[in-house]
Amino acid sequence: MSAPANQNKIIKWVDDRLPIFTLMQHSAIEYPTPRNLNYWWNFGSLAGFMLVVMILSGIFLAMSYTAHVDYAFDSVERIMRDVNYGWLLRYLHMNGASMFFLTVLIHIFRGMYYGSFKAPREVLWWLGILLYLAMMATAFMGYVLPWGQMSFWGATVITNLFSAIPVVGSSIVTWLWGGFSVGNPTLNRFFAFHYLLPFVIFAIMFLHVWALHTVKSNNPLGIDVKGPQDTIPFHPYYTIKDLYGIGLFLMVYLFFVFYYPNLFGEPDNYIPANPMVTPPHIVPEWYFLPFYAILRAVPNKLLGVVMMFSAIIVLFFLPWLDTSRVRSARFRPIYKQFFWIFLADCIVLGVVGANPPEGIYVLMGQIATFWYFFHFLVLLPVLGKVEKTRPLPDSISTPVIKKSMEKA
Amino acid sequence: MAHPTTPSPGVPGEDATRRNFLLYATSAVAVSGTALALWPFIHSMNPAADVLALSSSEVDLKPIAVGQSITVTWRGKPVFIRHRTPEEIKAAESVQLFDLRDPQPDSQRAKKPEWLVLVGVCTHLGCIPLGQKSSDPRGDFGGWFCPCHGSHYDTSGRIRKGPAPANLAVPDYTFLTDTTIRIG
Repeated sequence: MSAPANQNKIIKWVDDRLPIFTLMQHSAIEYPTPRNLNYWWNFGSLAGFMLVVMILSGIFLAMSYTAHVDYAFDSVERIMRDVNYGWLLRYLHMNGASMFFLTVLIHIFRGMYYGSFKAPREVLWWLGILLYLAMMATAFMGYVLPWGQMSFWGATVITNLFSAIPVVGSSIVTWLWGGFSVGNPTLNRFFAFHYLLPFVIFAIMFLHVWALHTVKSNNPLGIDVKGPQDTIPFHPYYTIKDLYGIGLFLMVYLFFVFYYPNLFGEPDNYIPANPMVTPPHIVPEWYFLPFYAILRAVPNKLLGVVMMFSAIIVLFFLPWLDTSRVRSARFRPIYKQFFWIFLADCIVLGVVGANPPEGIYVLMGQIATFWYFFHFLVLLPVLGKVEKTRPLPDSISTPVIKKSMEKA
Repeated sequence: MAHPTTPSPGVPGEDATRRNFLLYATSAVAVSGTALALWPFIHSMNPAADVLALSSSEVDLKPIAVGQSITVTWRGKPVFIRHRTPEEIKAAESVQLFDLRDPQPDSQRAKKPEWLVLVGVCTHLGCIPLGQKSSDPRGDFGGWFCPCHGSHYDTSGRIRKGPAPANLAVPDYTFLTDTTIRIG
C-alpha cells in the first residue's frame, strides 16, 4: 500500500505533485510499531503535545506582553487581571513548562531503562538531547520575561556562569547582557530568543521523529523487530493509546492549572525586579535543580560550571559508555538496580539543589554529584562487560504466541 | 501490509459497527473538546477589561464657539464635535432626502441642532476627513472632505459625493448637562 486506499481525485492530484498524503499514510497510519509497547512509550507523544500547547499559549501571551523593563511586570499583571482568560493562558504556559519537562524527563529515563539510545538509535538519542538543551535554554529565558525578582536574579546568576570562562569570560557576559548588568537589552533579546527557540525545537522534533521512523521504535524487550508478526500499524492502535494517555495526562496538568497554579513557581517572582536587592534564597525552577546542585557541589567557580555542563554533555556519549549489547534492563538484573539508584541519585541532587548549600546538603550534594558521573563514566562501561544478562526471547511475538498456544 | 494476527479496521461484521461507533464517539468528543479549549485563546484577543473601561469619554462643550469644531478621542478614534452656525443647520435641514445616498434627516443625526457629534472616520476606507480647521477644504457641501479618495460630506456629515457608501457615523452620546456630553 503506497498511497491512501480511499483516494479521491483531488487527493491523488495533490499527492502526485507533493506526496504529503503518502507521507502521512506511511508515518502516522501504517507506521509499523512494535506490538508490545507499554505506557512508558506514551511520553514522547505527550512531550510533542506539550510543545504544541506551549507554542499556542505562548503566542497568545505574547500578544499582550510588553518586553520592556518598565512595562513587563505590569503587562503580565494585566494579562492576569484584564485580558480575557489571560490568567488561564498564563497558568497553562507556566505549568505547561513543568509538565513539558516532566514528560521529557520520563521519556529520557524510559530511554535509559530500555536502552533506546543504543545502536542504531544514537542519532535519535542525540537529537533528543539537543531538544532537551534547547528546552532548557527556552525555559530559562522565558522565566526572565515576567521581570520579577526571581526572573532578574535568575538571569543574573545564570548569565554569570559564563564569567567563569578564562580570559574572555567577562566580555562574553557583557555581550550576553548588551550592557554592564542585566537590563532592558537583555530582556529584549531574551524575549526574541524565547519566541524563536520553540520553532527550532519544533524543527529538531521533526528530525527526531524522522530518525525514529528510519530506525523504528525500540520496545520493552529491547530486541529487534523480526517481521510483520511483531508489529501493528500505528493507527488505530497507538493513536488511540496516545489519545488515552493525553486524556489522563490532561487531568494531571489541568489539576495544577486550576487548583495549584503557583505550586511550581516562587512567590518572590511576584515582586517586581529590583537590581539593588537580591532575594535571600535563590532557587531555579525544579527541573534545573539537579544541575544547580552539581554546580554548587564543586568549591571552584570554573570547575563547577564545567561539571554542570558536563552533566549534560556526558549524555551524548551514553551510547558508547554503556557497553552492554543487551538493550532492555529487563534482561540486565544488575543494571536494572543501578538504573533505579541513578534515578534516586538525580532526585537527591534535586533535593540538594532546592536547599541552601549548608550543613548536610553540602556533603550530600558532593556524594550525589560523584555518583552521577561515576554511573556514566565507570559503572556503565564496566557493567556492560561483566554483567551476566538473562536470555533474550527469540522475537517480540514468540512469548505472546506461546502463551496463546498454551491457553488453547 | 498484512497483519495476520490482528484484525484490521473496517472489516465488515459486528466488530466493525462497534469500532465505527467508537471512532465517531471519540472523534466527536475530541473535536468538541478542542473547539471548547480554543475559545479562551480566541477570546483573549477581544478587548480586555482595561480597554473596555476606557470606552466612554466626557466632553465639556462650553469653550466651543459657534462655527468652531473640536476633535476628541473616543476608543482610539477621532470624534468630531461641531458647533453649527444657523446657516449650516439650515443647509442640513433643507436637503431633500431623495438626494441622499444614505437617506437620513438631520433631526435624526443631531440631538440638539446646534451640536453635531460624529465619528470622524470616513466610511469608505477609514481615513480621517478634513474640515475641522477653518483652513481645511470642506468639500462641495460645506461639511467634510476626505483627501484619501475624495468623499464629500455635508454639514450633517452625510455622504453626498465620492466613493464612501454611508454617512459619517453618529456615536452613542447623551447630554449630561446642557453643555456636557458623554460619548459611549
